[in-house]
Amino acid sequence: MAHENPTGWKRWLFSTNHKDIGVMYLWFAFIAGMIGFGMSGLIRMELMNPGVDVIPSVFGMTEDQARHMFNVLTTGHGLIMVFFMVMPALIGGFGNYFVPLMIGAPDMAFPRMNNISFWLMPPAFILLLLSTFVEGPSGMNGFGGGWTAYAPLSTSGHPGPSMDLAIFSLHVAGASSIMGAINYITTIFNMRAPGMTMHKMPLFSWSILITAFLLVLSLPVLAGAITMLLTDRNFGTTFFDPAGGGDPILFQHLFWFFGHPEVYIMILPAFGIVSHIVSTFSKKPIFGYLGMAYAMAAIGFIGFVVWAHHMYTVGLDVDTKAYFVAATMVIAVPTGVKIFSWIATMWGGSIRYTVPMLYAIAFILLFTLGGVTGVVLSNAGADVALHDTYYVVAHFHYVLSLGAVFAIFAGLYYWVGKMSGKQYPERLAQLQFWITFIGVNMIFFPQHFLGLQGMPRRYVDYPDAMAYWNQISSYGYLVTLGGVVLFILVMAMTLFKRQKDCADNPWGEGATTLEWSLSSPPPFHQFNELPQIK
Amino acid sequence: MTAVAAKNNRMAGMVVGVVLGMVGLAYASVPLYELFCRVTGYGGTTQRAELLDTQAIDRDMRVRFSANTHRDMPWDFKPQQVAQTLKVGEQGLAYFEAHNPTNQTIVGTATYNVAPHKAGTYFAKIDCFCFTEQVLKPGETVVMPVVYFIDPLIEEDRNLNEVTEVTLSYTFFVMDDADVETVTGR
Repeated sequence: MAHENPTGWKRWLFSTNHKDIGVMYLWFAFIAGMIGFGMSGLIRMELMNPGVDVIPSVFGMTEDQARHMFNVLTTGHGLIMVFFMVMPALIGGFGNYFVPLMIGAPDMAFPRMNNISFWLMPPAFILLLLSTFVEGPSGMNGFGGGWTAYAPLSTSGHPGPSMDLAIFSLHVAGASSIMGAINYITTIFNMRAPGMTMHKMPLFSWSILITAFLLVLSLPVLAGAITMLLTDRNFGTTFFDPAGGGDPILFQHLFWFFGHPEVYIMILPAFGIVSHIVSTFSKKPIFGYLGMAYAMAAIGFIGFVVWAHHMYTVGLDVDTKAYFVAATMVIAVPTGVKIFSWIATMWGGSIRYTVPMLYAIAFILLFTLGGVTGVVLSNAGADVALHDTYYVVAHFHYVLSLGAVFAIFAGLYYWVGKMSGKQYPERLAQLQFWITFIGVNMIFFPQHFLGLQGMPRRYVDYPDAMAYWNQISSYGYLVTLGGVVLFILVMAMTLFKRQKDCADNPWGEGATTLEWSLSSPPPFHQFNELPQIK
Repeated sequence: MTAVAAKNNRMAGMVVGVVLGMVGLAYASVPLYELFCRVTGYGGTTQRAELLDTQAIDRDMRVRFSANTHRDMPWDFKPQQVAQTLKVGEQGLAYFEAHNPTNQTIVGTATYNVAPHKAGTYFAKIDCFCFTEQVLKPGETVVMPVVYFIDPLIEEDRNLNEVTEVTLSYTFFVMDDADVETVTGR
């Protein structure tokens, strides 16, 4: 059967091609990421100096409204970065584009479902943006209860329709992710090329497979929990309302049963990408391949039984806390296996410091730093003091914003030549890396100090004593802004200015996965004759 | 349909089953959580006993009483005593007073727990106004008893060795959807 190559708007709107859908996911993540990044800019500018001054003047509102607006911004920033930037980029973008290529499949198992998965994302995103323009608490717009949406602030605290729109947004985005996960699981189990056994499968495919399992096990729980919020708000149920025999703590349990696997959903694909890059630019196969694959599986599994370490302050008894402390610390073991295997891969390798490799090494360094503060926070005793302070904010931005996001940058520089056929300008991109690296560390490292001083998160103001490090942190944002502008420039030059064409395999003998055996960019339909893997 | 497509559909069907199962589990967690709290005293959930069937032991326990109302609840609600000191295993009797200052009949229901939460397993109530809905006519004042005891098993739990004082707390909520006729006609 001859396949046609659709053109024009039909190519994108009706697309069933995994590469086109992957590219659309990456563009979507870019647009959402810019909006989320803009929100964090407003947050940082407000926090640059003590007092509530920037948001009132930017939005022309009273100080009271500005306090709420600040919380709307942190909520929006969190939800957008998690659901509409990191997940679409790592899973929808790189996952769609490269999983079929790496396992030698012609496309995903369910191409039409793939199309629905992507096209549910823009409406979900629009719903979330709309929620910031309609009434939340009486007299004010938007939902300001944080990305965790704890009851009762998300039920009786926000009577307006804003929260309902945010719930619908998460429903739609969740449906999209679940369909994507079904597609990945089926594709990876059933569509591998002859000879591509599970134990020969590239680590990025492994990471997407495990991520897909985490998605199908955790997202339905979130869907259930937010549906309960919705019925509590609108239809008189009392799942989380003590007046009717409910318990708001139950929402926290349900949320974090989803929320903790969610953080591994964001980081496992990053692990996969970094493994490929470290191996390619050390010109060595990855050290301890099987250990790497099963370490990811172990992280995914343990990730489901540690959720209450987000809830040490709700009054768990001491034995329960002891269990969650121990289980949480155990995660450091498989994670350590991965860190040391990356280092062992580089050890004695012929290392080339290209931009993807710089990002990958920075990922390993900064993710480890975030992991160390994670072990600190896993102690229930220490956590009681640090709970909801900037120490926690610094911790999860080190693993996500400097971890997952650095892996997105790394993957983009690693694969942009393969995807577009044009290679990025190396020197300028290296400058982009260093500016970003300095900027994000300037933002987040001082936040450890602020947290230890007791500065609470999700608040618009702080005592004058904390002005110094807040100012440094906000300057860091401006440096990062420079890095982001340069990133846009580098990508624009790569795609639109005449750059040198990218070879089929620009990285040489270290790059061994199947995508490098195809042309750059790959043909619209690949592997009509399935490759044989020896 | 090719063999691969059939295999794919079977696989997708299984994953959809897992997804539906997890949604089901999320909802099943609601009654399970309630059961878990009742059985383990989790979150300071107190126990319910039919009668006092234990011997008092030589350990003093000070029980403090706290009364709260939800912001939509207009009743004045307060304990008639600040605290009571009694032996573990001894039966205690405390009174709470509620007054309805409005000119409407209001049906209320109380939630309760004890602090520290870990004492919930050992705090047993034989009779309590919180077991049923309360109806207060306009201007009516009622005095409501609580009959309780501390289970002597508390002596065997080393996590509660330092506990010499527990607080029994109630919060009254308005029952909006309560049918006053049915509740009062009982």
